[in-house]
Amino acid sequence: MHVVDGVLSAPVLLAGAGVALAGTAVGLRTLDHRNLPVTGVLSATFFVASLIHVPLGPSSVHLVLNGLLGLLLGWLAFPAVLVAAALQAVFFGYGGLFVLGVNVANVALPAVLLGALLRPWIWREGALGTGCAFTLGAGSVLATSLLVALSLAFSGEAFWVAAKLTVLSHLPVALIEGFLCVAALALVRRVRPGFLAEAWQS
Amino acid sequence: MALGHSSAAWNGQALSRDGGQLAAFDPRLKLMLSIGFALAVVLVESTALKALFAVVGLSLCVIAGIPRAKLLRRIAALEGFMVLMVLLLPFTVPGPTLFSVGGLHASWTGLHQGVDILLTATAVVAGLMALVGSLPANVLGQTLASFGVPERLVALLMLTVRYLDVVGGEYRRMRNSMRARAFVAGTNRHTWRSVGHLVGMGLLRSIDRAERVTDAMRCRGFDGRYPILYPFRWQLHDTVAALASALVLIGVVMWSMP
Repeated sequence: MHVVDGVLSAPVLLAGAGVALAGTAVGLRTLDHRNLPVTGVLSATFFVASLIHVPLGPSSVHLVLNGLLGLLLGWLAFPAVLVAAALQAVFFGYGGLFVLGVNVANVALPAVLLGALLRPWIWREGALGTGCAFTLGAGSVLATSLLVALSLAFSGEAFWVAAKLTVLSHLPVALIEGFLCVAALALVRRVRPGFLAEAWQS
Repeated sequence: MALGHSSAAWNGQALSRDGGQLAAFDPRLKLMLSIGFALAVVLVESTALKALFAVVGLSLCVIAGIPRAKLLRRIAALEGFMVLMVLLLPFTVPGPTLFSVGGLHASWTGLHQGVDILLTATAVVAGLMALVGSLPANVLGQTLASFGVPERLVALLMLTVRYLDVVGGEYRRMRNSMRARAFVAGTNRHTWRSVGHLVGMGLLRSIDRAERVTDAMRCRGFDGRYPILYPFRWQLHDTVAALASALVLIGVVMWSMP
C-alpha cells in the first residue's frame, strides 16, 4: 500500500510527515537498550511479512500485519515501521522519499490506535478475544487503506476514483488479515500461556 | 506464497556490499545528493526533464553495480493499484479528448499527468537505490547519525537489517516444513489458519531470539548505541562532485521555472 512520489499534494505530504515525526518521537522516548533488539527483530519480521503472499483467487495479496505490530509494540510501532519503510524504499524501490512520512503514518497510526484500544480484551478466551483479534487484523488493514484513499482524495479530484478502488480492493485483504490474526493470536495463547507476563513488554 | 523476487534481492544487502563505481565517493555526499536529486525531480515541471532525470537515475543504478535484471524487476514492482491509478487518470482528468470508449473520454491532460507520475516515481526511487541503496548498512547508519538522526533510531535500523536475513531464513524453514507436510496454499479458511499459525510461531521465535540477543548484547556492555567504526574521509573529488552536481541540479530547476 505504498504511495509513490509525484502523486500527493504538498499539504498531504507535510501532514503525513508531521504525524510520522510525532509518532516516531513518542516511540523513541520509550526505546532503550532493553527493548531495542525486540523492536528491531519485530521490525524485520514485519518487513518479511510484507513479502509473504497468500493466494486470493487467481491473484495473490501480501500480508501487512500492522495490527499485530501495533498490539505488540505500541508507539514503538512508529519507529519500527519507519525503519522498515525506509529500507523498502532504499533497497527495493517501494514507495519513495518525500512520501515516506505519509506511508509510515498510514500504516502505523491505525496499528497503534487499534492495538491500544483492543489490548485489554484481546487475550481473553472465547468470542470476545476472537472478535478483538479479528477486528485488530481486519480493522488495521481497512483503516490503512482508508488513510491511503484519503491521502489520494485530498491531493486532487482526479484521484477520487482511484481512492475508492483502493478501499474496495483492500476489503478481501482485510478479511484475510482478520482470519490470520485470529489464528496467530490463538496459537500464541496456546503455545505460550504466560506471554503477557513476559519481561520484554514492560 | 513466496518471498518471490525479493529473497534473491536481499542477499546483496548483507553488511558488506560493493558500491560499484560510486564506492569511491563519501557516503555523506551520496545521501545529500540523493535528496537533492529527488528534490530536483519533483520541482521540475517539464515531462522531458523528468524523463531525463529518470534516465540519469537508472544510469546511476547501472554505474553503482545494481544488476540490470534486478533493477528492472524493482522498477516494475510499482504496486498494482499505483499502476491502476495512472491508467485511470486519463479518464478522470478533464481535458482535450485523446480517444473515447463507450462514452468514456480519455484526456491528453490525464495521460500527461500519469506519465509525469510514473517518471517522477521512477527517477526518485532509482536515485535512492543507486546512491543510498549501494551503501553497506552500517555505513548508511553512521551517515544518518552524522546528519543528526537519533542514535537509537540508527541502532534500530542496523538491528533490523541484521535480522532481515535471520527472520527470512526462519520463515523459509517453517514454510519448507509445511511444504514437506503437503501444505498447498489456496483461497480457503485452512490456508488462512495455517498461515496465521506460521505468523504466530514466527512472532514467538522472533521474540525469543530478541531476548537472547538482548542478553548477549548486555553482556558486551551495550548501552543503546553503536560505536562509530567507519572513518569518513571527505576528499577533493567529493567537493568537486558536490559542487558540480549542486550547480547542475539548481541550474536545471531554475531554468525550468517559468
